[in-house]
Amino acid sequence: MFLLGEEIGVFEGSYKITAGLLAEFGPRRVRDTPICEEGFTGVAIGAAMMGLRPVVEIMTINFSLLAIDQIVNNAAKLRSLSGGQISVPLVIRTPGGGGQQLSATHSQNLEVWYAHVPGLKVVAPATCADAKGLLAAAIRDDDPVLVLENLALYNTKGEVPDGEHVAEIGRAAVLKPGRDVTIVGYSRAAVIALDVARHLEDGGISAEVIDLRSLRPLDRDTVCASVRKTSRAVIVEDDWLSYGTGAEIAATIAEGAFDYLDAPVRRVAAAEVPLPYAKPLELAALPDAGAITRAIRETLGGH
Amino acid sequence: MVGLTAALRDEDYLFATYREHGYALARGADPGRVMAELFGRTDGLSNGRGGSMHLFDTARRLLGGYGIVGGQIPLATGAAFAIAYKDAPGPDAPAVMCLLGDATTNIGAFHESLNLAALWHLPVVYVIVNNQLGMGTPVEAAAAEPELWKRGCAYRMPGQRVDGNDVVTVRDAARTALDRARGEHQPTLLETVSYRLRGHSVVDPARYRTADDTERLRREDPLPAFRSHLIASDVLTDEAASQLDAEAGKAVAAAVDFADASPPPDVATLFEHVYATPAASVYRGLPGDPVTGGEPG
Repeated sequence: MFLLGEEIGVFEGSYKITAGLLAEFGPRRVRDTPICEEGFTGVAIGAAMMGLRPVVEIMTINFSLLAIDQIVNNAAKLRSLSGGQISVPLVIRTPGGGGQQLSATHSQNLEVWYAHVPGLKVVAPATCADAKGLLAAAIRDDDPVLVLENLALYNTKGEVPDGEHVAEIGRAAVLKPGRDVTIVGYSRAAVIALDVARHLEDGGISAEVIDLRSLRPLDRDTVCASVRKTSRAVIVEDDWLSYGTGAEIAATIAEGAFDYLDAPVRRVAAAEVPLPYAKPLELAALPDAGAITRAIRETLGGH
Repeated sequence: MVGLTAALRDEDYLFATYREHGYALARGADPGRVMAELFGRTDGLSNGRGGSMHLFDTARRLLGGYGIVGGQIPLATGAAFAIAYKDAPGPDAPAVMCLLGDATTNIGAFHESLNLAALWHLPVVYVIVNNQLGMGTPVEAAAAEPELWKRGCAYRMPGQRVDGNDVVTVRDAARTALDRARGEHQPTLLETVSYRLRGHSVVDPARYRTADDTERLRREDPLPAFRSHLIASDVLTDEAASQLDAEAGKAVAAAVDFADASPPPDVATLFEHVYATPAASVYRGLPGDPVTGGEPG
């Protein structure tokens, strides 16, 4: 296993995720790359074809667009095109998200484009334990796995199990059980959703919070089982509304829990604009606790 | 093609373009299994999943067949990275050969890959098979530097241009470059200049060419020229050459028979070969199926 990415070694990582690793493991295993996402992602895929296990850091998911051909047309398809002769045990770690006034090209949430592609796996840790567990699972997995991190979550503090801790890919988690409404989210949205749910509990609304943890494969069973219990669903997502991840969850719920629904499935998503720099505009465009709470109350019939 | 594959050792790796059928055969892939893959049959090299543009034979270190122009170049560079990661340079170390077309030297992936190979000292030989046309676009209409062998200069990568129709020259140049790669971890850009007798694909009537051009190219065809050369040099007799032709004909016929006899893959296997590691919730619905939770595996 080795690491590739821009500024991960000497600079210790744009977001310091790889701090100390060059000193501990040396330049053979912690390799700084030039700015060439397509080139170094393709190199990582080629190395994976030969049996190495690269963990590539793409500085933000925005820059993954430079590498999207390699990811979608090579990483995702080489096993299939070769009839199973080749596997691509690649991990791409990349943070998404906005809200730090980094403006439109540095603040996107493009994971749904990758979640759409058979042959890839996409995981999204929302908790510190899952940050370790899902990354560990991704590295051990022999398929190309995109680990979606989040800029706003990087400073989160929480419990992390010691020693070997490998999470399961393709399984959602119930962060908080509830009876009145199901809130579905992943990554930052799941964290905010949990916070909202705890506040609502004080006001007598019992919300169940599902953290998807895995966008591909998607644990539809856990989501549908929850909505069959609560009869209402609100999806929270940081990507834009139209054609976002929530659209998939909503369709899943409509089909898997149709007879149990007491209200339409709602989505709380980003406003459909390139995210502006000015702080009031940025705040208005992104989902927050207020927007989620309003949507939940409306779903419950204005309670 | 013959010259390049003659230079490759068994332990070397080859990345090709979508025009890779001959290279697959020259690397020793079973002709029946190659033909079956072209026919989309279950006994094809890729179980019928890849088809004409995606021939893979890992046992013979043929690592594809690629449909996206230039997509193979970073991969080949990565394979060389893996070799360098594991072992020091040496006369017995493997090397990587990456084939690409003349028009491909204009795409970003080419430049990013050559920069990485030169910067990181990777054991790879990039071979530009210059047949002087994209689909219908001549080299000079697409490349600001049409002497393609020079395009490695920006990366301080040695470059060489050879006559692609001279099989011995090609072999010798390729062998030298491969030995430089394996022995020094120094990459090379090798340009072999030839031409394409027919259209870009089976549906291309090649109207961008004149009848005179096509006639001239046929007269310069290296295959009959080399045959005459071997006979004139007493390496081969006319009878032996005809015998080889007959054997080749038989091998092709046998390959067609094998492919014809192989069934197409069963629809029940549609979802095979997508993932190497089983996972929960993988969805395997057919078009129109009600959406379920998905199954493990």
